[in-house]
Amino acid sequence: MDETVSATAASIADAVNAKARSAREVTDAMLAHVDAVDDRVGAYLTRLHDLARAQADRVDARVAAGEKLPLAGVPLAVKDNMCLTGTRTTCGSKILEHWVAPYTNTAVARMLDAGAIPIGKTNLDEFAMGSSCENSALGVTRNPYDPGCVPGGSSGGSAAAVAANEAAIGLGSDTGGSIREPAAFCNLVGFKPTYGRISRYGLIAFASSLDQIGPFARTVEDAALAYDAMAGHDPMDSTSIDRAVESTADHLRTDLRGLKVGLVREFDTEGLGGEIDAVYKKAYADLEALGAEIVEVGLPSAKYGLATYYLIAPAECSSNLARFDGVRYGLRVDAADVGAMYEATRAAGFGPEVKRRILIGTYALSSGYYDAYYVRAQKARTLIAQDFRTAFASCDLIACPAASSPAFPFDSKSDPYSMYLMDYYTIPMSLAGLPAVSVPCGWVKASADSSPMPMGLQLTSPIFSERLLLGAAHAYERATNHAALRGPAVGAPA
Amino acid sequence: MTQYEAVIGIECHVELKTQSKMFCGCPNAFGGEPNTQVCPVCLALPGALPVANEAAIAHMIRAGLAFDAEIPAFSKFDRKNYFYPDMPKDYQISQFDMPLTQGGVVKYWLEDGTMKECRLTRIHLEEDTGKSSHAGSGDGRIAGSTHSLVDFNRAGVPLMECVSEPDIRSAKEAVGYLEALKRTFVQLGVSDVKMEEGSLRCDANVSIRPVGQAEYGTKAEIKNMNSFRSVERAIESEIARQIEIVESGGRVIQETRGWDEVHGTTHSMRSKEQAHDYRYFPDPDLVPMEVSRDLVERIRSGMPEVPWKRFERYRAEYRINALQATQLLDDGPLAAYFDAAVAASGNPQQSLNFVLGDLSRLANESGTAVGASKVTPALLAELIGLLEAKTINSKIAKGVIERTWQTGDSPKAIVEREGLAQTTDSAAIEKFVDDVLAANPKVVEEYRGGKVGVAGFLVGAVMKASQGKANPAMVQELVKKKLG
Repeated sequence: MDETVSATAASIADAVNAKARSAREVTDAMLAHVDAVDDRVGAYLTRLHDLARAQADRVDARVAAGEKLPLAGVPLAVKDNMCLTGTRTTCGSKILEHWVAPYTNTAVARMLDAGAIPIGKTNLDEFAMGSSCENSALGVTRNPYDPGCVPGGSSGGSAAAVAANEAAIGLGSDTGGSIREPAAFCNLVGFKPTYGRISRYGLIAFASSLDQIGPFARTVEDAALAYDAMAGHDPMDSTSIDRAVESTADHLRTDLRGLKVGLVREFDTEGLGGEIDAVYKKAYADLEALGAEIVEVGLPSAKYGLATYYLIAPAECSSNLARFDGVRYGLRVDAADVGAMYEATRAAGFGPEVKRRILIGTYALSSGYYDAYYVRAQKARTLIAQDFRTAFASCDLIACPAASSPAFPFDSKSDPYSMYLMDYYTIPMSLAGLPAVSVPCGWVKASADSSPMPMGLQLTSPIFSERLLLGAAHAYERATNHAALRGPAVGAPA
Repeated sequence: MTQYEAVIGIECHVELKTQSKMFCGCPNAFGGEPNTQVCPVCLALPGALPVANEAAIAHMIRAGLAFDAEIPAFSKFDRKNYFYPDMPKDYQISQFDMPLTQGGVVKYWLEDGTMKECRLTRIHLEEDTGKSSHAGSGDGRIAGSTHSLVDFNRAGVPLMECVSEPDIRSAKEAVGYLEALKRTFVQLGVSDVKMEEGSLRCDANVSIRPVGQAEYGTKAEIKNMNSFRSVERAIESEIARQIEIVESGGRVIQETRGWDEVHGTTHSMRSKEQAHDYRYFPDPDLVPMEVSRDLVERIRSGMPEVPWKRFERYRAEYRINALQATQLLDDGPLAAYFDAAVAASGNPQQSLNFVLGDLSRLANESGTAVGASKVTPALLAELIGLLEAKTINSKIAKGVIERTWQTGDSPKAIVEREGLAQTTDSAAIEKFVDDVLAANPKVVEEYRGGKVGVAGFLVGAVMKASQGKANPAMVQELVKKKLG
């Protein structure tokens, strides 16, 4: 095995641009590593050997022609709810198990244009609904730091791929925490930009008003490079924002002097247990040591976040997922007439969590219940966004946990509500459309005999302040370097 | 015996005339091989997103302004959720509570020129569906078919729905209302309004009540009307059916009824009881629209005069009768030509005579529209000027305009070149008169014997002798004088 697989995206791009290594060499080494380890990780649903090599050759040709590409030769894992022409795009669902996308998601296209190499399509909770990857109908993904634990979700496959060195960058989508929570579980940086910063065109929708694509990486700098490549208006997505993007990778900070960091009164960590509480207390102290002024802020409506989210997201998904009807593509289960065909197809094609959310959403939008559920949830959403605006009047950044626990063992959360609680700290930012990043912040043992598992510190900031946010995350990462303390149990370079 | 009146409201779906579809770049064109005008967006492939067509929004504003509707400053798209095989997303992007236009009045007229008004509830913007066809049943019906085929070429074509208040009282009024919509939309360039291609589809809600009663009766919704003629027949038939039910002691039930063109009757399609819950909610893929006053004013200033205003102007200012005004207004470019001719000639009556007479006839014969012909309004005005100056008479003018139609030569040049100017030289005319009287002694005898009607024959003979060039008034006067 080859050290290349654990190299950062920045160093790979430097080496390829300098012609010290070819994209093809990097790609071949990565494909060999994936073939060697992924049977034990299960990050990928589809490996793209041919496409990866062809893209590597294209990148080498462009570099040979004198181009400098910000992600030249960088191996990329793509969550399987993003379309990529000619590749199977499943959403982790039986209903799309054999569907081949005829077009490419804008964010993926921009990554490839910047020189990234698509290694494969990664596992996810079906239609991105879940927090452990256990809701995938097509495969099991294990946490590379403890194969007995989940990688988090819904973007668990991309997180596991980057953690097991099966890619340098992973693309995830975050609706209520689906990038930040698996990043925390897999010792990674996971970044959800401001809603509308990265096009959703070609991202198979779960909840349109919340879905946002973002990167997983092993360093903040790599996440920043990926963000810089993907961000910006797309005429194919009306909700993508037509506003100049500030580059981030060239504005990373080394201290937090002059910044106020808010700690949320309602997000006290004492209830999370002594060891976890200690991790966060230490993290906040480290922020202060870097020069930040620590202030207390309130988010009084944040406690309604979970309830609000579990009305709005299912309402949108009940409509977004109507198109999977067996008429034009995907699974079709034949029946006597078209109505029976719809029922048979959707009954066979969707898993229990997807069905649960379609039912909740259909109910919330029904006549007679719409005002009581959907409209009130929208009002609560506005209040939560206002809370953040008020808080940011007295601070530049907010720091809090990315998840309330480290990665948990498979099948340990059979009650859907206990699974929903995993997103308690990430959902408010999603509802407010804010940029938020999870950075490794320490290790905790779930029990005396288990191995230590990573935890994530979540930083969030006002909309469009990605430069400030990633800059601060970088300063914290450099000063603490928690990620480097341990390597993965599966996927470490030999 | 109880007298009944009908209460009718009409819902029209009109496909907008745009280059591309409502939410994607596919062409908005009728026909084409099935499923050739499609893309990820209008096929609702996973991950595809809509982007609203600004040209369609501008058309909506035009349509609203034409009927003095309110154009709210804020509007949005909503999803109307229901499963249907020819609707790719299994929801239709439509507008629920904040349509692009609200209220308004359609002013229309009946054949005799009576003006009528029908209030609009709203006009909202949505997208059309694809088209299903059924195979294996032999007759194209779904019953007995083995499978169905869907063509998505039409899916996503911009569609506006015009909903009227129940202000219409007869089948004739319904047709007048629809003709007004058609005329207006065509002349504003908003739609082609071709019923045969399905670019205008309408349903009528029909009920009856005794004259004088304030409450509405129970309504039936009539569908499948494929021409204005079938709208008229269907509504008449439905009114008669409902009166018969009530007169025989029965009760009209609320239902959807289909019009059967062959048998000339409506038949029950489905009762309204299984009403859908469409679960409308704001489409999160589309940002709300802010309609700036500036945009509205820009659109308003670029609009031609709307047909009903033109109709009233033609009637009031030019005293044109209803039939002729309608003829002009059913052809927007012709009306525009007429207006230009009036402006150039200052003579509405002569302009009207030529536009609806010789020019329309020449247009029909040649297949060239009047406005596209070589007879420009300026040339027509020149011809009218020659008539007014009595340089030529109307008979000569007929020949001149045909010449101009063919060659584009100016009427003055033609008259001069061919020596067609009227003779007003009294000595020359007197000579023609003397010759004619000398040649027709018997007729002169009859006249003097009291049969004064024969004077016309003599005048005609003089005109003929002058090859039409003699001034008819002078001829008439001289003939009478000579006959004494």
